[in-house]
Amino acid sequence: MNRSHVQKIGFVFLTLCAIAVVAPILVVIGIVFIEGVRVMSWEFISAVPHEGMKEGGIFPAIVGTLLLTLGTAICAIPVGVGGSVYLAEYAKDNWMTRAIRLAIVNLAGIPSIVYGLFGLGMFVLFMHMGTSIIAGVLTLAIMTLPVIISTSEEALRSVPTEFRTVSASLGGTRWQGIRNIVLPQALPGIITGIILGLLRAAGETAPILFTVAAFYLPRLPQSPFDQVMALPYHLYVISTQVPGMPLSVQYGTALVLLILVLSMNFVATIIRSYFRRRRQW
Amino acid sequence: MDKRKIGTEEAKQVTKDRGQIMEDGSRQITMQDEHQSSGLHPASSVAEKIRVERLNFYYGSKIALSDVSISILDRRITALIGPSGCGKSTFLRCLNRMNDTIKGARAEGTVLLDGKDIYARGTDVVELRRRVGMVFQRPNPFPQSIFENIAFGPKVLGLHRDKKDLTDIVEQSLRGAVLWDEVKDKLKQDALGLSLGQQQKLCIARSIAVKPDVILMDEPCSALDPIATLQIEQLMQSLKTDYCIVIVTHNMQQASRVSDHTGFFWLGKLVEFDSTELIFTRPRQKLTEDYITGRAG
Repeated sequence: MNRSHVQKIGFVFLTLCAIAVVAPILVVIGIVFIEGVRVMSWEFISAVPHEGMKEGGIFPAIVGTLLLTLGTAICAIPVGVGGSVYLAEYAKDNWMTRAIRLAIVNLAGIPSIVYGLFGLGMFVLFMHMGTSIIAGVLTLAIMTLPVIISTSEEALRSVPTEFRTVSASLGGTRWQGIRNIVLPQALPGIITGIILGLLRAAGETAPILFTVAAFYLPRLPQSPFDQVMALPYHLYVISTQVPGMPLSVQYGTALVLLILVLSMNFVATIIRSYFRRRRQW
Repeated sequence: MDKRKIGTEEAKQVTKDRGQIMEDGSRQITMQDEHQSSGLHPASSVAEKIRVERLNFYYGSKIALSDVSISILDRRITALIGPSGCGKSTFLRCLNRMNDTIKGARAEGTVLLDGKDIYARGTDVVELRRRVGMVFQRPNPFPQSIFENIAFGPKVLGLHRDKKDLTDIVEQSLRGAVLWDEVKDKLKQDALGLSLGQQQKLCIARSIAVKPDVILMDEPCSALDPIATLQIEQLMQSLKTDYCIVIVTHNMQQASRVSDHTGFFWLGKLVEFDSTELIFTRPRQKLTEDYITGRAG
C-alpha cells in the first residue's frame, strides 16, 4: 500500500466522520418537521390546550418559554458581560482570579438537573419565591452565566492589546478605552456567547422542572410570581405523563421548540457575520 | 530662523564644552552645559522640555536602563539610536510612563517634564499621557472611521465644547499632519482603508488632536516604504515648530536627516548625547564611532 492509497483511505474516513456529525441533525430535524408540520396551524400556536391537552394549541407554553428566555437575558447579560470585562481587563493574576475561573469552569460542567435542585432549594424554598417565573429565571440565569462569561472573555481577549495601549497614550482612562474601543470590537463574540447561553436556557427542562414550570395552566401569567408552562417541559409532560396523547401533537410541540431555537441561532450567525465583515485586523 | 546656522553655532558651543568635560574626565556628555551658557547660545529662546536625571529602569530583576541622564529641548527633534534591545524604546516609554503597565517594571531616578517629576507620587498619569503623546512602530488606527479616530482623544478628555468644535479639532489635526487634503472627502470611511503611510499620518494626527507638548515616536517609519518614510520625515520637520519630538530609530540615516540632537544607547546606557552633526561627524566615544560606521551593533 503506497502513500497515495493511505491518503485516499484517510480522506474517505474523514468524510465519513463529517457525515456522522451532520446526519443525525438532519434526520432529527427532518423527522420532527415531517411529523410536526401536520398539526401546525394558527390554532396550534395561538390557542390554549384543552381536552386534557390533546386538543387546542400550545400558546401558553410558547409565551412561557419566551418570557423565561427574556428574563434570563435581563438577569444574565449584565452580570455575564460585566464579569467577563472584569476578568479580561481588570483582574490581576492572583488566587482570587484563579478561584473565580475555577468556579466558572465548574459551573459550566454542572448537570442541569443539579441547577434545578439548587433553584428549588435556594429560590423556591429558602428565599420563599415559590414556584414562579422569578425563581425559574434566576435558576436559568445562573446556568447561563458561565457560557456568557467564558465566550465574552475570549472575545475581549482577542482584541489586540495595542488598542488599549493607544487609548492610554491618548489620555484615555482604562474604562474609556474598554468602553469606546475594546467592547465594540468584541461585540460580535459577546453576542454569540449570549445567544448560545440563552439557547441552552430556552431548551432545558431540568432547571425549570421544580422552579417554575406548570403542568397545565391554560392562562397567561399575571406577575413574576406566577407559574408558567414552557415548551421543553410541556413536551416532556405530553410525551411521558399523559396517556393517549396523539404523536402528532408531540411532534408539533417539538417542531415549535426547534424553530424557536434554530431561528435564534440563525440570528446569532447573521449578527456575527455582519460584525466580522467590519473588523479587519 | 536659519536652521543650519544654529546647527554650526551649537556645534561650536558643544566643542567648547567638550574640552571641559574631557578635562574633568566625566563619562557622559549632556546638553546641560549648553543650557548653562545659554546666554551665548543663539537659540536661547529654546527651553528645556524634559530633563532626566540618573534614571535606572528594571524589568523584574533585569536592568534595562542604567544611570541615564539627558536633557531634551523643546521644539527640537531628538533622535535615539542604538542596536535592538539597547533600551532606547524602554527609555522612550519612561517619558510617558507607558512602562507602568508591565508587570514587575520599576523606575528609579527623576524624569522632569517642565521641571515637574512625572514619577512623583500623585502624578496624574492620564494627564501626563495627554501631554506626552506617542506614535507607535506599526500604524495602528482604531478600526473605526477616520473622523472617529481623531475624535477619540478629544472626546475622552472632554476637550471640545460642541460638535462644531470637535469637527474643527479634527480638521486642524489632520491639517497639522498634512493629511487633510487626502482624506477630507472620506472622513466617514474606515481608517484601515488608507495606505500604511496615510495610516501613520493619521496616528500622528490622532496624537496631536489632544494638544500634547511632546510627541514620542517609536520607530515610526519602520513599517513604511521609502516614499512614505520621506513624507513622515517632512511632517516631523513641520511639527517641530510646535512640539518637542523624541524619535527612536534603527535607521541612522534617518536620525542624521531629521534630528537636531542624537543620543546613542548601548546595553542600557546612554553612551553619548550631542548635537546630531557632532555625533555623526566627530563622535567622542569610540563605541559611537564603531556603531555609526557599522563596525559594531
